[in-house]
Amino acid sequence: MAIEVRIPTILRTYTDGAKQVEGAGSTLDELFDDLDQRHGGLRARLVDEKGLRRFVNVYLNDEDVRFLSGLETPVKDGDTVTVLPAVAGGDR
Amino acid sequence: MRYENLLDSLGHTPLVGLPRLSPSADVRLWAKLEDRNPTGSVKDRAAFFMIAQAEKDGLLQPGSVILEPTSGNTGISLAMVSKLRGYRVIVVMPENTSEERRQLLRMYGAEIIGSPAAGGSNEAVRVAKQLAAEHPDWVMLYQYGNEANARAHYETTGPEILADLPSITHFVAGLGTTGTLMGAGRYLREHKPDIKIVAAEPRYGELVYGLRNVDEGFVPELYDESVLTTRFSVASADALRRTREFISAEGIFAGISAGAALHAGLGMAAKAAAAGEPADIVVLVADGGWKYLSTGAYSGTLEEAESDLEGQLWA
Repeated sequence: MAIEVRIPTILRTYTDGAKQVEGAGSTLDELFDDLDQRHGGLRARLVDEKGLRRFVNVYLNDEDVRFLSGLETPVKDGDTVTVLPAVAGGDR
Repeated sequence: MRYENLLDSLGHTPLVGLPRLSPSADVRLWAKLEDRNPTGSVKDRAAFFMIAQAEKDGLLQPGSVILEPTSGNTGISLAMVSKLRGYRVIVVMPENTSEERRQLLRMYGAEIIGSPAAGGSNEAVRVAKQLAAEHPDWVMLYQYGNEANARAHYETTGPEILADLPSITHFVAGLGTTGTLMGAGRYLREHKPDIKIVAAEPRYGELVYGLRNVDEGFVPELYDESVLTTRFSVASADALRRTREFISAEGIFAGISAGAALHAGLGMAAKAAAAGEPADIVVLVADGGWKYLSTGAYSGTLEEAESDLEGQLWA
């Protein structure tokens, strides 16, 4: 088992077009480091010196990691991490 | 129950247990059935309160024009009240919303102005703001920034839930205008400081978000992040799957946004169960499934339904 990471279209240039890649780590920060080894440049699109980039949303099992512990959020095998550009929407 | 007229029957909706979806006897899920409102959705609460406030403020007289950006339910609620009160309603609605909503709006006498599908509800807001600037005599109640929207839930939804379930630990609802979560969330937290307020936001496919720039995200003026404990983003496929589970496990024919709320509620239930903490989780069912039958959400396999729903707004 590994951690499944879903990549938005706009960032698939870093994953050879793959919608979904796998990674490892005990926190989101470690997971992004691990991904960057195989998909060079991806981490810099997600994270800057202040943490998660402003217009990037990251979800752990669909839950926004900004409401968890950000880059320090613990992750484990079997989890699903979803990366999305930030947008709003909903029932109106 | 007897009421003087339909408007008086607002609210006091049932809170029903979900024994087959609940993980254990200690971690329980409950559904607040908002489809049992006069026009069949939670939006009746906001619409009635916003119109009452506008009348109190002297903004509305018979013949007045109400303008509102809406993906459907709020427009239907406003149109029903306006029919009874003699107002004219113009709604700005994304073109990719279900046919049933359009038929209901027309039946209640509302005029529909379409906004481009690609921008979703955000584009409807932009078009409505532009129309409001061009027609200063029209009254835009503007559910995204109208305090009466959140107040409706502070004064009705929140108190109803707490009275029915004093042991509540989590409140889960869809995030759109944010009125439900802000109003009911604030009320519940005042009375239960440890309560978890959980938002379920729809995540549409790229046909909806299309070519939009990522920094165009629109944040409703009512939104106050500090009210929320956490926020889920629910893909159409998961919302659909949970909507089907509502039916198969509990017999509840809910709208698709309720499936999204259930998905978030089950996520919180799994976390409570794993931590060995008892929980009473209320999931708000914003409307029933009737208005979404033509989307294909309830027929065929899940894969077929997901494909039929692609590009449509379901919340």
